[in-house]
Amino acid sequence: MTVARVRIGVNGGLALLLLALAATFSLLIGERFYAASTLRSMAFQLPELGILSLAMMVTLLKGGLNLSIVATANLSGLTMAWCLTTLVPGSEGVMWGVWQGVSLLAGFAVAALIGLMNGYVIAYLGVSPILATLGSMSLVKGLAIGLTRGDVISGFPEPIVFIGNGVVAGVPVGLAVFLGCAIPVALWLSRTPTGAAIYMIGSNERATRYSGVDTRRVMLKVYVVSSLLCAVAAVVMMARFNSANASYGESYLLVTILAAVLGGVDPFGGVGKVAGLALALVILQVISSAFNLLGLSQFLTLAIWGAILIGATAVAVRGRRGG
Amino acid sequence: MRDLLQRLRRRHEFWLASVIVALCVALTLATDSFFTLRNLVDLLTSNAFIGILCAGLIVVLVAGGIDISFTATATVAQYLALSAANAWGATWLTLFLMACGIGVCLGAINAFFIVKFRVHSIIVSIATLNIFYGLLIYATSGRYIYALPDWFSYGIYWFETEIDGWPYGVNLQMLLLGLAFLSTWVLLNRTNVGRQIYAMGGNPDAARRMGFPVVRLQVFVYGYMGFMAGVASLAQAQFAQSVAPTILVGKELDVLAAVVLGGASLLGGVGTVLGTFLGLTLLALLQNGLVLVGVSSYWGQCVTGAVILISVSATALEAGRQRRLRRSAA
Repeated sequence: MTVARVRIGVNGGLALLLLALAATFSLLIGERFYAASTLRSMAFQLPELGILSLAMMVTLLKGGLNLSIVATANLSGLTMAWCLTTLVPGSEGVMWGVWQGVSLLAGFAVAALIGLMNGYVIAYLGVSPILATLGSMSLVKGLAIGLTRGDVISGFPEPIVFIGNGVVAGVPVGLAVFLGCAIPVALWLSRTPTGAAIYMIGSNERATRYSGVDTRRVMLKVYVVSSLLCAVAAVVMMARFNSANASYGESYLLVTILAAVLGGVDPFGGVGKVAGLALALVILQVISSAFNLLGLSQFLTLAIWGAILIGATAVAVRGRRGG
Repeated sequence: MRDLLQRLRRRHEFWLASVIVALCVALTLATDSFFTLRNLVDLLTSNAFIGILCAGLIVVLVAGGIDISFTATATVAQYLALSAANAWGATWLTLFLMACGIGVCLGAINAFFIVKFRVHSIIVSIATLNIFYGLLIYATSGRYIYALPDWFSYGIYWFETEIDGWPYGVNLQMLLLGLAFLSTWVLLNRTNVGRQIYAMGGNPDAARRMGFPVVRLQVFVYGYMGFMAGVASLAQAQFAQSVAPTILVGKELDVLAAVVLGGASLLGGVGTVLGTFLGLTLLALLQNGLVLVGVSSYWGQCVTGAVILISVSATALEAGRQRRLRRSAA
């Protein structure tokens, strides 16, 4: 059995699971499940978790992990929020627009710095990714708490709020932003030498290094890209809530690993595709929205997500062994 | 003497202990309140919950696995055991039997998925964290329990003495913290099972071929973690004087940080009880010291993160240097 067949199997299996869930929920809920408002609310909720999951996924593929994604998103979001509320002059005009751009760039710069730090410690000092990002998670979150004293920064210009809540041609802007991240990341992973090197490092780092790939440089890039994706998630999150805080979205951290693994990403690297992750995200979102419509608690959703993760992984492991 | 120093320098615990001693000296000189019995008691009491969980997690890491679900296990154990005690009455013995029994059962569920379906422990425990926690909050609507049995609220107070007008004694948290570390030390250093756990963590295939009961060991390890989660949950409930089902989940990475700071490897087979205790002590002293010298508590987490990063980087650099030395010697 080849690896390629397993991967097709994973995506096919996820599609089947999604169909089964959709059929079950439409029987239970009826018309309301397919109403435009339901689909739209799904489309508004998916992007934050989706972009953060991409940030987690690229590090998982190379055999690493990034526990600092939510902390990075929050610090970069706070940077943007602080700049937006203190630097942006007036309420219209060219400078108004320019300073908003500068504010967002400042957030991205902070995220890039965190990514460089993670990448340097992991790739060049040789610290295990869990330990390094556990430390940087504490450091980055601590900085955010220390600088803001836990306060919320809120009240942004209209164009920023539009990113989180606007709709263009029927498509929520947030969803467009997610696709604008997912498609380039998918192409990066599947069509570029760096992408190929990431999968190779995930399978066997030493063999990749001996075959002439500058593995350290590739790993550094992975952590910088992961951090920059966190900054994109920060923009969406900040825009949707119209505020930023040091401890938003903390429950997303473990859920991003859950989504990636459910989507067929091997938590020890080397295997996984963006399409699988996207399917997994849709599955999680469908369950969450359907439970919401059925009036069931969000905590029950958490429990079902956990059960599906174990079930799907067990089936995948059995398939790989038995096939 | 020189030889001894050379050998000590290579030990992770030596560096941790040096930093801790330096920190203690600095804090004693800088503040009046650090080197007091009162502060020592406070430190031990408030860090008991994290500490007892550390004593469980080190065993899991040595065995080559990882567990994230123990905070959810503790929440469930605490909630069910104290609800039962409120409804039907209980004694210290039956209360602990209930909490630890629930912990062992939930740990066995983890072990079941890990052994039976060969799913890696990090995936299983992320999933079961969500399942245990989600179901508990769903079933209880997240209601707090404020009314606890009187004897439980009162706790225990052994060897009570009075110094300078303050009553001192061994309270429940200190007792349980001490027992937890003692039992893990005995388990890992003085029993056959402990040696087998180190062997299994170091090389699972070799352990299987040697004929070690790998499945039984796995069940034991995750059961032990669950047992400790049960013990920790009661220490925490007695300290907080209430059961709050939503505040424990989220602390799992704090426990992991203390254990890995103590030198345990995530690859299995490496880690000591002394190192774990020192890692826990260092993080606790940092938090305590920052408050005592008047740094705003908002900066505590930032300093903790910096210390973890510096420590793991230094360890990795030292390991790399040792490797190069060995290679050039060979």
